[in-house]
Order: sequence, then C-alpha cells, then structure tokens
Amino acid sequence: MSQGVSVVGLYVRDQEEALQFYVEKLGFQVHTDVKNGDYRWLTVQHPDQPSFQLGLFKPGPPVIDAATAQSVSEIVAKGAMPPLVLVVDDCRATYERFKARDVEFTQEPIDRFGTVDAGFRDPSGNGWKMIEARRAR
Amino acid sequence: MTAPPQHDPELLRRLLRAKDQMNAASHEEWPVPRLARVSGVSQAHFARSFKDAFGIPPHRYLLTRRIEKASTLLRETDRPIIDIAFETGWKSLGTFGRTFRDITGESPTELRARERAASHQPGQVPHCHVAAAFRPNLTIAVSEKRRLKADDKIPPE
Repeated sequence: MSQGVSVVGLYVRDQEEALQFYVEKLGFQVHTDVKNGDYRWLTVQHPDQPSFQLGLFKPGPPVIDAATAQSVSEIVAKGAMPPLVLVVDDCRATYERFKARDVEFTQEPIDRFGTVDAGFRDPSGNGWKMIEARRAR
Repeated sequence: MTAPPQHDPELLRRLLRAKDQMNAASHEEWPVPRLARVSGVSQAHFARSFKDAFGIPPHRYLLTRRIEKASTLLRETDRPIIDIAFETGWKSLGTFGRTFRDITGESPTELRARERAASHQPGQVPHCHVAAAFRPNLTIAVSEKRRLKADDKIPPE
C-alpha cells in the first residue's frame, strides 16, 4: 500500500511516561524518536501494523501557545478526546496480560453481539476500547 | 469576555477516575466520601470540583448512567422491568419508574414498546458508543425538571 493514513497523533501529558506505557505495557515499538530543542517527534507502532504510526505528542510551544496547551491538557485529562479502538485476537487474554502490567482498565471484558470488548485509559486520560476481532466463520 | 477557569490537569485526571468508576459500576452506591477517595480530593471539594470539570454534579451523572443502562436492557432484553430496576441500582420500582419518566419523558414500558416497533442494527459502531448516544442529556436537576413540568414550562430539548 502506498497511499493512506500514516500517522495519527495523541496528546499526552508526558512523552516519557507515554512511551513507557505504549511500549512496555501495550507492546508497541518505537518508530521515530527525534528531539529538536523542546520539541520531540515521537511515534510508536503496533508490531502487526507496520504501515501505521501512533504519534505521542505533548501539547505546547513552539507548536501551540501555552494557554492553548493548557486547555488541550485539560481536555485530555478529562477523557474528552475522541475514541480509540485496539483490535485484539483474544480480549480476555489481553486483558489479563495488560492488567498484570497495571494498565488502568475502565471496563472489564464484556460479551456483546458475539464479540468481547473492554476499556482502558493511558496515563494521560486517552480512552481505548479493546475489541476482539470477529472470527471468520 | 472572561477567560474560563483553569484547572490542574493532574486533578482532572484523578476526577476522571471517579467518573470511570461510576461508569463501570453505576448500580453501586457512590456517596461523596467514596468518590472523593477515588480522586484523592477532600470530601469538601469533591462535588464542586467534579461539577467544574464535567459540567454536571456527580450524583446527577450517576443517574444518567443508570438510566442509560436501564434503557439498553429494556431495548435489548426481555427481562422484567423490576429486575432491570434493581440491577441498575434502584431500591424500588416506584422510584425507578418516576425518575425514568422524569428524565426521558416516557415510562420504561413505553420505551420498550417503542424500541420494539423500530428495528435496530448495531452494525459497525462499537457498542459503548451506541449506548452513549442514548445517554439522557440531563442539564437540570430532576426535581427542577419535575417542577417546570408541573408549571408547564419545560424548556425545549
């Protein structure tokens, strides 16, 4: 595939904390980590999805002004950013694995409409749904 | 124009934890001391901080989640209404029916009948987001809504 969405960014309160969460707890891999002064371009990847990068960005100058960064940080901390969905093969097994690594779950796995879903948040407040892929019949 | 008040994101993140825990167990009792403990905030400040952060007092937020959950069960199951009332955290069928009607404008039986008449397909939208779309938008207190209705002054929604 040569066309398509390549990077989608999340706002996080602390890039080091986010890096540790997405890599050590969720099992993502670092794709790019480049610093330029106060600015840090940091993206991670799901190991099964090499064409997509999840950006972990801290809102602030020089990209956005301090007052706007404060508003954005409040919105993230209130869990008001849009939904994120992680697809997994086995929701309950992944739940147990993540739970053992102290991932903050907001919803235990529930069976719904022939699949299983759970919910968790990253340290900043970004909310994820974890949904079991429907098996091909 | 005055600038909106600033809030400490660390505090907001902890208040979000109280909201998340109410979501996860809306059938349970959530008195202020319990919520304050989850958020690491003093009992005296909790209710005000929560309302500042989320625009709705914690108790009213809990009511909206209970009604949302009850509506889902009415729509998707054939369970008796009394079972749904107890499962979603009400102590009596009467309180459940009255609060349900005050908030949604119809009785649990009416909602069930209306939803049955229309057919629904969950389709491609993750279920929790479908449920959220049906969450009642409770902008005023239930008692206030009751009073306005009695005076025939219910604001348009």
